[in-house]
Amino acid sequence: MASWRGIAGRCPLATPFGMAVFAAPQLCFADSILAPVGPVGAGDRIILLDATFIMLAIVIPTMLVTLVFAWWYRASNTRATYRPDWSYSGRIELLVWSIPTLVIFFLGGVIWIGSHRLDPFAPLASAKKPLEIDVIALDWKWLFIYPQQNVASINRLIIPVGRPLHFRITSATVFNVFFVPRLGSQIYAMNGMTSQLNLEADEAGSYLGLSAHFSGDGFSNMHFATVAVPQAQFGQWVADAQARGPVLDTATYRRLLRQDLKLSPYTYRGVQSGLFDAVAMQKLPPGEGPNADQSLQHTSPQGGP
Amino acid sequence: MTLFGKLSWSAIPFNQPIPLVAAAIVLVVILGVLVWVTLKGWVPYLWKEWITSVDHKHIGVMYCLLGLVMLLRGFIDALMMRSQQALAFHAPGYLPPEHYDQIFSAHGTIMILFAAMPLIIGLMNFVVPLQLGVRDVAFPTLNSVSFWLTATGALLVNVSLVVGEFSRVGWLPFPPLSELRYSPGVGVDYYLWAVQISGVGTLLTGINFVTTILKTRTYGMTYLRMPIFCWTALAACMLIIAAFPVLTATLAMLTLDRYLGFHFFTNMAGGNAMMFTNLIWAWGHPEVYILVLPSFGVFSEVISTFSSKPLFGYRSMVIATLFICLVSFCVWLHHFFTMGAGGDVNAAFGIATSIIAVGTGVKMYNWLFTMYGGRIRYETPMLWALGFLITFITGGMTGVMLAVPPADFLLHNSMFLVAHFHHVIMAGVIFAVMAGIAYWFPKAFGFRLDEGWGKATFWFAFVGFYVTFMPLYVLGFLGMTRRLQHYDVAEWRPWILAAMVGVLILLCSAICQVMQLVVSIRHREALRDLTGDPWDGRSLEWATPSPPPAFNFAHLPHVDNLEAYWNVKQRARDEQTLGRAAPYEDIEMPRNSPTGFVCAFFATFIGFALIWHIWWLMILGLAGAYATFVVFAWRDVPEYVIPAEEVARSDRANRAIRQEALLGGRTS
Repeated sequence: MASWRGIAGRCPLATPFGMAVFAAPQLCFADSILAPVGPVGAGDRIILLDATFIMLAIVIPTMLVTLVFAWWYRASNTRATYRPDWSYSGRIELLVWSIPTLVIFFLGGVIWIGSHRLDPFAPLASAKKPLEIDVIALDWKWLFIYPQQNVASINRLIIPVGRPLHFRITSATVFNVFFVPRLGSQIYAMNGMTSQLNLEADEAGSYLGLSAHFSGDGFSNMHFATVAVPQAQFGQWVADAQARGPVLDTATYRRLLRQDLKLSPYTYRGVQSGLFDAVAMQKLPPGEGPNADQSLQHTSPQGGP
Repeated sequence: MTLFGKLSWSAIPFNQPIPLVAAAIVLVVILGVLVWVTLKGWVPYLWKEWITSVDHKHIGVMYCLLGLVMLLRGFIDALMMRSQQALAFHAPGYLPPEHYDQIFSAHGTIMILFAAMPLIIGLMNFVVPLQLGVRDVAFPTLNSVSFWLTATGALLVNVSLVVGEFSRVGWLPFPPLSELRYSPGVGVDYYLWAVQISGVGTLLTGINFVTTILKTRTYGMTYLRMPIFCWTALAACMLIIAAFPVLTATLAMLTLDRYLGFHFFTNMAGGNAMMFTNLIWAWGHPEVYILVLPSFGVFSEVISTFSSKPLFGYRSMVIATLFICLVSFCVWLHHFFTMGAGGDVNAAFGIATSIIAVGTGVKMYNWLFTMYGGRIRYETPMLWALGFLITFITGGMTGVMLAVPPADFLLHNSMFLVAHFHHVIMAGVIFAVMAGIAYWFPKAFGFRLDEGWGKATFWFAFVGFYVTFMPLYVLGFLGMTRRLQHYDVAEWRPWILAAMVGVLILLCSAICQVMQLVVSIRHREALRDLTGDPWDGRSLEWATPSPPPAFNFAHLPHVDNLEAYWNVKQRARDEQTLGRAAPYEDIEMPRNSPTGFVCAFFATFIGFALIWHIWWLMILGLAGAYATFVVFAWRDVPEYVIPAEEVARSDRANRAIRQEALLGGRTS
């Protein structure tokens, strides 16, 4: 994307029109899955583009031929030959079965290789040891536990740049999907089950993270900032987090089982060991749902629904 | 436990102006229509000719009418969703989450189950017996029951607008969210009973049509002489028989969880919600093909007729249809690649999914070569068909993109997915229904639809489709997920506003469609079709007068070729004679029966009572429905006789018209 900016700057057509032509796609797609910031997103993107171009190679000609036939054989065109009984040709039949079949053969290879190479559960090839992060989806917030650092964070995911991340993901409530579009693959968060996901961020920055499976009235607020920072800064953040905030144990965790429409990010300075496993193994009760506590304070961004 | 179960005045949303006003308007309209009909003295006519009719043509028309009304209702939901998202940037918008969630749930449920399904089944009802050259479906009264049970489902969904609430969990009620713990209200129960009751109707339709097609074709109508629309209807109904019981069982398990404290899909006591996802898509994916296969059939008929040519590669088309029918059962897992089933499983289902594109691709090329060497007349049905050919191919392509697991890892549940399935369902199913209605309307009512308004409807729908859904593809690339009630991402805003413009263009299309019906009915004398064959058709429905008599054919036709009626016309021109009419005989036709209507009346109360836990009413309803069935079973005279003279009168008039059209009035 950076090189595009350079081209736009040097372009002799740097008139408003030229700017618009070059800037438009960049503005549109700078924050998209087509501009990934990690190896997983980049791998997914290549497969996506490969599949698209393979198919466009027959889709575009077919569309053109459709238009040509539709135009040429209009009833008012006296130069077109009318073949009122023509309805079979073995050669054409062979062709129309083989073109899509061959394309699907080709695409099938892409699918097979892509599915295995980009399996979300498979560890990333890297010299560095991955950072472990345990994710719990709650109503309607995300809890990120860093077991190696013994800290936890609500609704804000801080990650070091250039280090593989190994997520274990579960839900204490209904289905959700953990998804940071620019990092790549998404995966379900399900009660009683542990999903795994391996990601890595190559560029520092703040990226949108969200839930990609509808989970109830507070669903639209289940987004979180994913902040990728250099390793040193990450260490600093961990040290800060370890210094303040409450401790996450069974008692404070129970508070999280209530439904919150909107919870501002905060951190826990310590985490009771084995908490994630207790949630995933259903040793702790699931989210309470709407009937649990009527005195619950509902807060939403603009004063509530 | 009280007399009215969970039902109390608090169920009426007096504090929410939008549903209350909407419901009041609907009620006033319904009451107004009822009063008007009563004052005009039309009630006996409606009761005799429509409500109790077991004539497949009348039932087909009623299905289409129900589908069109529900299409409008679903579209109003779409307008509300698009405008909510247009407003809700850094703002709450005008629909709070609990209301917005009901709207997208109702939109999906209504559009698939109460708009698209009735429209497709309506066309099948009207067309299939005519194309097969028979007088009715195999089980005419059962057919009426099917329709009225579907209407019951639609009614229950709409009652939820004003009494209680509709489901807030999406068009498929995924547990654990749909379990009592997370959805304690009656919304999910409305969904469950509406879908269960109409699902019974759909299953009966499937059984009815498979029997009709396999067992009651006319003389000489071998399998490979059946019009392609009948083949697609057969494939769709076989899918219904195989898939709808899965839906019924899955929803029954969820119902047991919610009503009797079972633990199939709960978060506790060993429930497994993933199993619901598996089961629901084992129905849900074939459901897509239940809708789209008959749509392909409509396009095949339309493209062939308006190109004035036989369908290219008929046998290939049949094979491709059955191929899609079969493979559609082997792909359901592509709806949840992101659950992490692993490389082998994901790859297998991804490849199976893309294999379906082979069947669809073959169909695409065969339509193309049907146009090749044709004389294409661009009347409204053909415009819809061409719009479909141009649009559907890219919709199929985005579908295969989603079938590639690593690509799906980026696009799953995003606005890209929303764009994709609207792309194929709108350009595939809705365009087909519109083409089918424009094509067969003159057959059903004896006059054509106005071409000007019809073409305006098409162009607004075509342009509106692109302006609405192309921006949603972009939003998918920008990482926007579906079902957001509000958002703060500035990059999404322009595309959401563009989609808003698109949906307003679609509104113009909807208005033109209503105008077309109004204008055509007012000018019906000028648009009258006396020939019975306005498009120079090729299959047997065009051999009947418009509208066809109750018995369809005076003599069951003898078929010796794929294009039965085209052949009759050719032979008449070659031999300069229509041939002699065989002697006329009395025809026995099934008698009208209120069974369907009365059953559905009781089913409505059963559903309502189950939703609100009013157990005495449920028992009364069940007893009433059972009594209706017993009364029907003890009926002594199931048929009535149409005398030979009446058959002769109708057929002679029809023959005179054909004589005039084919032989220029010369007598043979």
